[in-house]
Amino acid sequence: MGELIWIFVSALLVNNFTLAYFLGLCPFLGVSGKLQTAFRLGLANIFVMLITAACAYALNTWVLVYAPYLRLISFIIVIASSVQFVEMAVKKLSPDLFQALGIFLPLITTNCAILGLALFSTNKGYGFWEGMIYALGAGGGVTLALALLAGVREETRILNIPKVIQGTAINLIIAGIISMAFMGFAGLFSS
Amino acid sequence: MSDIENKSQAAQEFLKGLWKENPVFISVLGMCPALAVTNTAINSLAMGLATTFVLLCSSILVSLLKSIIPKQVRITAYIIIIATFVTVVDFSLAAFLPAIHKELGAFIALIVVNCLILGRQEAFASKNSVGLSILDALGMSVGFTFAMLCIGMPREILGSGSLFNIPLFGESFEPWVVMILPPGGFFMLGFLLLGFNWYAQRKKERELTKQTQKV
Repeated sequence: MGELIWIFVSALLVNNFTLAYFLGLCPFLGVSGKLQTAFRLGLANIFVMLITAACAYALNTWVLVYAPYLRLISFIIVIASSVQFVEMAVKKLSPDLFQALGIFLPLITTNCAILGLALFSTNKGYGFWEGMIYALGAGGGVTLALALLAGVREETRILNIPKVIQGTAINLIIAGIISMAFMGFAGLFSS
Repeated sequence: MSDIENKSQAAQEFLKGLWKENPVFISVLGMCPALAVTNTAINSLAMGLATTFVLLCSSILVSLLKSIIPKQVRITAYIIIIATFVTVVDFSLAAFLPAIHKELGAFIALIVVNCLILGRQEAFASKNSVGLSILDALGMSVGFTFAMLCIGMPREILGSGSLFNIPLFGESFEPWVVMILPPGGFFMLGFLLLGFNWYAQRKKERELTKQTQKV
């Protein structure tokens, strides 16, 4: 149990996917303008990550033992197609949830955070439950980073920012400062 | 089209990736590797070259196969082609340069989801001849590698006081450790984009003043 909590907190804060590994930066900079959108995107991210972790575990145990060179190709195809299936199922079974996740589901599939999650969790040799907890932590971390940046960006809209630094430049610098703050978590597990 | 026009078009396809449509600074594509592995100049160069290989090979293959690939499944087909070449790079680096492979880690595999590569297949290689696609891919990858070095070299100089592992300053130099850590990547690219914006704005203003003078 202690091990699982450690995995969760480590993926959520210390090794935050967005702020420490730079994974999933495109949505991070692209859609983090509004807090509510950021939350929805984060939710969709957690959802896809959980499916991915399950798929990656299954592939790793039953297929890749025999053909390790197929790792990348099989990961990306299986993840993309299973997310498509789940999307159809969600649309049919729970229109509310589909409304909330919306267009983000298919977009997220080709997001580097998803493939990164599958690669990292198989590299670390996680079992099924460890993988699921890792996915939950990583997804939560991405959501946290998205929400933090979106919150700051909502504030910057009413500020008088020089024209040369508007847009991606100021967002990157804000992200750098948030990332610096997250470095403080690095000492969390040292003792 | 005359021969000279052909040549100038070809040159343009190559040159646009270097500056006018630079993948990192102008289109802001491929950010994940651009920030994650640029903590030293050597890693930046290795990542740039690996991306070059994948982009070049997949552009050639996609433009050769463009008439065979059905429209509906083209994206999937591109991803499979790209993933194949990334696997080749991943395995060859692990065999020949294990030290660099270890440094870059999972980020080599993550070239698959680099939007720059998929973007070029969709926007260029699937519509143009093999020759032009090669030039486009080369231009884009040189532009990408150039951008990686632009981010990587200052980070290494400031963060560890060296360049390509050669120490530059005496022992009294106190390195800015933060520059080789994740926040440094965000800051460096932020400041570089600021520089680009500033340059573009100044150019625009100059053109405006020129026009008003003419009138």
